Amino acid sequence: MTEKMLEITNLKTYFHGDDGVVKAVDGVTITVNKGETVGVVGESGCGKSVTSLSVMRLLHDTPGEIVDGSITFEGKSLLDLSEKEMRMIRGNEIAMIFQEPMTSLNPVYKIGKQLEEVIKLHLHYDKKEARNHAVNMLKLVGLPRAEDVVNEYPHQLSGGMRQRVMIAMAMACNPKLLIADEPTTALDVTIQAQILDLMRKLRDESERSIMLITHDLGVVAEMCDRVVVMYAGEVVEEADVLSIFENPKHPYTKGLLGSVPKLGQDLEKLDSIPGNVPTPANMPKGCKFAPRCEFAMDVCWKKDPSLLATNGNHTCRCWLYQDQEKILEV
Amino acid sequence: MAAPLVEVKNIKKYFPVKKGVLGRKRSFIKAVDDVSFTINKGETLGLVGESGCGKSTTGRLIMSLLELTEGQIYFEGNQISNLTNNQIRNTRENFQMIFQDPYASLNPRMKIRDIINEPLIIHGYNKGDRMNRITELLEIVGLSAYHADRYPHQFSGGQRQRIGIARALAINPKLIIADEPVSALDVSIQSQILNLLKDLQKSFNLTYLFIAHDLSVVEHISDRVGVMYLGKIVEIADKETLYKNGQHPYTKALLSAVPIPDPKLKRERIILNGDIPSPANPPSGCTFHTRCPLATEICKQEVPKLRQIGEGHSVSCHLV
Repeated sequence: MTEKMLEITNLKTYFHGDDGVVKAVDGVTITVNKGETVGVVGESGCGKSVTSLSVMRLLHDTPGEIVDGSITFEGKSLLDLSEKEMRMIRGNEIAMIFQEPMTSLNPVYKIGKQLEEVIKLHLHYDKKEARNHAVNMLKLVGLPRAEDVVNEYPHQLSGGMRQRVMIAMAMACNPKLLIADEPTTALDVTIQAQILDLMRKLRDESERSIMLITHDLGVVAEMCDRVVVMYAGEVVEEADVLSIFENPKHPYTKGLLGSVPKLGQDLEKLDSIPGNVPTPANMPKGCKFAPRCEFAMDVCWKKDPSLLATNGNHTCRCWLYQDQEKILEV
Repeated sequence: MAAPLVEVKNIKKYFPVKKGVLGRKRSFIKAVDDVSFTINKGETLGLVGESGCGKSTTGRLIMSLLELTEGQIYFEGNQISNLTNNQIRNTRENFQMIFQDPYASLNPRMKIRDIINEPLIIHGYNKGDRMNRITELLEIVGLSAYHADRYPHQFSGGQRQRIGIARALAINPKLIIADEPVSALDVSIQSQILNLLKDLQKSFNLTYLFIAHDLSVVEHISDRVGVMYLGKIVEIADKETLYKNGQHPYTKALLSAVPIPDPKLKRERIILNGDIPSPANPPSGCTFHTRCPLATEICKQEVPKLRQIGEGHSVSCHLV
């Protein structure tokens, strides 16, 4: 029996701007089981990062607000917790790795101090124990000269080293769930390979769950068990990793897979999806993908399809896979 | 055999760094260190490498946007690296550049019409021709004539990159240097731009120098590929040879590090240790020896030369 670690149900996160409401996340449901790596894929503006910030409840400095839905972590509803209770979960049970290792470390504090802060807060170690733990964590993530690095400032480290520090910080309290938001996007390929290898190792050692947010389908293929594809604030397809790559259903997923050049594959022309991602200001009325979809039918322009299971655990939000009767109703 | 369109001979670019009291002590960052290659007419040469390897600097040197420290660059057999600024401006009608960041490379205060108009004015097109040319160019890159009166902020990233391409095409250049033209774009937009670049190459018989860090993108678009590491070309060959039979340990590691979107594929991966050394203080001998899994004594002492090992295939490694 698989144990559910994180359950996001019908999450709606809206941003209140000058030009009205922006529905960044509009009814997203994602489940992460124990020991499972779930990939959340989509292009810029699809709401994948806002989903993760909603889980961590890190939206209070933004005009964003969770207007509906629930987020349950190990049976606890995260949205009902007080800020103080939430702080005990953040970094301790759910940790996050951000995209920009350059901006997510504080430039005026030494690496050691920033790591020890988390350790002291959650594990209640004294100063010496915290320092030892910090050095051990840095060694665990494969940072050379860990004893010296704790006394250095972020600017003295390279991008790859900073991302290792971020991972060490996220892992310091042995969290049950790790949310990684584009953890390797800012890194070079050979460094990316090191970091992915490290994340795989850390995952396999203990039964840790990972929610991996990325736009890189190669990273998804290598790391994930299950994949959620998002488009314009909605989940459009969800399946295990093999089904997504071998038998994609949604035209957007198909287009996305066809757009990526693969090593060793000589094609004259890449498939491409025409048009652009819709902006929140001119979101299409029916299916949000209809204006770019080559299979768009009349019904697609009228009503947004619901997310339906096509077989087993493979779900897809597309009129092509819905009941004929339902289409006639519209 | 026809003469190559561009020939780059032993070019070097050292950036001075001031150190010490009063900045008297000078050291150099060797951004490009003795690079030579040729680009033939109608082909696409891809330059790949990780950040700081000197691929962008190489592109800027060919554009004469930076001054060479040493070496020569020839365009259609004529040396362009010793020209004055005015002379360079006249030769630039032969080569144009597409930049990485479509948000930063278009002037936000200029209408699209004026952005595309500028190279036409500089290279002496008359007014009537210019307006027709602008409309024509917008249609070539997949935009419409009415877009000419808009400002850059009214366009998405992919559309802006199309405007950048229209500007580069304006004066019918022979060579286009594209510096990471798709790396700032979303995946679905990236393929639109790559297809557009391929189509344009066919219709206008263009030659590309395509600079990128993404090996899959470079494989898709290039005919020949050069791999750079710390200011040097470590391997250069035609695409098939390089991707199927790359000889340099760095090429092999780089290729094995690329995540491939196919979950069934299980590969033996070469994971390099450590980071790229700083170009201000490169390692002795072969600059790759600090990360190379095969390094021997000689690699630490002697700089390997770029040697030809096959038809159009050159590698700089002691062990090959």
